[in-house]
Amino acid sequence: MSKEHKVDCGRRRLIVATAAVGGAGAVAALVPFVSSMLPSERAKAAGAPVEVDISKLEPGQMMTVEWRGKPVWIINRTKEMLDTLPKLADAVADPKSEKDQQPAYCQNETRSIKTEILVAVGICTHLGCSPSSKFKHGSEEGMASDWLGGFLCPCHGSTFDFAGRVYKAKPAPTNLEVPPHMYLSDTRILIGEDKKGA
Amino acid sequence: MAANTNFEKYKSDGSIPGNVLEWVDARFPATAMWKGHLSEYYAPKNFNFWYFFGSLALLVLVLQIVTGIFLVMHFKPDASLNAAGVPVAFASVEYIMRDVPWGWLIRYMHSTGASAFFIVVFLHMFRGMLYGSYRKPRELIWLFGVGIFLCLMGEAFFGYLLPWGQMSFWGAQVIVNLFSAIPLIGPDLSVWLRGDFVVGDATLNRFFSFHVIAMPLVLIGLVAAHILALHEVGSNNPDGVEIKKLKGENGHPLDGIPFHPYYTVKDIVGVVVFLMVFSCVVFFAPEGGGYFLEYNNFIPADPLKTPPHIAPVWYFTPFYSILRAMVWPILGLDAKFWGVVAMGASVVIFAFLPWLDRSPVKSIRYRGPIYKTFLTLFVIAFVILGYLGTQPPSYWGEKVSQVCSLIYFGFFLLMPWYSKVDKYTPEPERVTMN
Repeated sequence: MSKEHKVDCGRRRLIVATAAVGGAGAVAALVPFVSSMLPSERAKAAGAPVEVDISKLEPGQMMTVEWRGKPVWIINRTKEMLDTLPKLADAVADPKSEKDQQPAYCQNETRSIKTEILVAVGICTHLGCSPSSKFKHGSEEGMASDWLGGFLCPCHGSTFDFAGRVYKAKPAPTNLEVPPHMYLSDTRILIGEDKKGA
Repeated sequence: MAANTNFEKYKSDGSIPGNVLEWVDARFPATAMWKGHLSEYYAPKNFNFWYFFGSLALLVLVLQIVTGIFLVMHFKPDASLNAAGVPVAFASVEYIMRDVPWGWLIRYMHSTGASAFFIVVFLHMFRGMLYGSYRKPRELIWLFGVGIFLCLMGEAFFGYLLPWGQMSFWGAQVIVNLFSAIPLIGPDLSVWLRGDFVVGDATLNRFFSFHVIAMPLVLIGLVAAHILALHEVGSNNPDGVEIKKLKGENGHPLDGIPFHPYYTVKDIVGVVVFLMVFSCVVFFAPEGGGYFLEYNNFIPADPLKTPPHIAPVWYFTPFYSILRAMVWPILGLDAKFWGVVAMGASVVIFAFLPWLDRSPVKSIRYRGPIYKTFLTLFVIAFVILGYLGTQPPSYWGEKVSQVCSLIYFGFFLLMPWYSKVDKYTPEPERVTMN
């Protein structure tokens, strides 16, 4: 009886070793399945730069183009719009654009290469909605009476100024992203590439 | 042959059906299962109105699976644009609505079924909270139930992307981006979930896969575990009295009656009433006033333009309000991360109820005024949060949702204290009938 019930340690070790190898194999088998959910080669290749003609963009107007499936805004800011920026230095969370949300050549007061032309990804940095333009002052846009114009995200109420800088105490943590871009000529912008570094 | 095999237990009466059954029973526990789960499963005799919702949840599950099977025959999970410039997925839903014979009915049954599922499940969960059905020895039933609820939320979320309307697209965009709030791994995780850098065709296809196969399989498994665990320990009842404590001479609980035919027949009444209400919605108000099918979802998905007002479907709004209520960065992490944590916690915290509740009695019938007050406040806070989640963000909305979130979490986190100090009346020996 006692002989029959004694554990055969050699066999027990063999079982443990087999189970460990089998377990490692099963975990390794997860890799292809998990990896298959990553962006495919085709999706990775789809980020081609977009060329935009802004010759018809009048001051105060805004146009939206698609780049990598995201809306990119190009806004021709009037002097009045630009004048609001210095006034908001205390109201926005990152007035000097210190967080890495723009290429180095756009880390300036207007967050742009050309003073009046803002190029920004129109995706709220909170949860990815596209903010709506609220260019007029105050209650004309259904905003607070001291509203100087800018953008309002409809999802969670984050607000941005005319340089895409986020207001303080709003859900969005950072300013809107300025994509890499460069001017091919005075009125043609290439979005997604900046070989010359502006 | 050993005496405890089915061969010995179930003997034929000599008739042909009896012989067939005997043959089957010797090879598969057909009669044993029928008896164990239906004809000899003893349920308390004092079940009331609140006990309809478990069987109704099962009915809606079947309804969703059956209508879903037929929808998949015509739906195309394809985000590319067709010749008319409309996304194929969106167009295939319109095709089901307009050109497939009776397609509109099947689709409206499925979309209304989603909301009905949540109504029934919310009431079913509330029943558990009223009568302490999560208390020992039913903790595992409750945990499987919380698992079902999580799965159901996933299933509803994945399914909502499929029509590829504006709300589908932007809802998925917001929810997937929630994961990007997790420090370090967040941004990569959300790319992995989407399968692309933006919500697109890859996302639509995988959500379709999750919605029609992965989630339903897990859901059915959990439902089976939920029912098996229930039948192992026996049902609770409105008095919160254990009927197994008092058994008659035949070994059956004195206060128990066989589930079949008593409760099967009772549940049929519930099914009929439910189907009357359900049909009224399907035929006369399938959009549910913009709550069951949101108006913006009749516009094809446009990745360049968020609708001016986006809100989740009504059943997610209480949790969504809790997400929005978190506006403070803590410990150097963004408010958005804490919003995600709070929203996750608001769902998962239900799993801890069995261990948070320290009252000597189970049912609300014998509990004191403190618990009743807290439960009432919790329900009010839940409804207000649900309402605010459908509204655009506003100053007062934010303040009110913060107060309601506090009440919501207070109900759970203070429970170990108030459930203990609260007054109570002792439970009776037997269940009460009135």
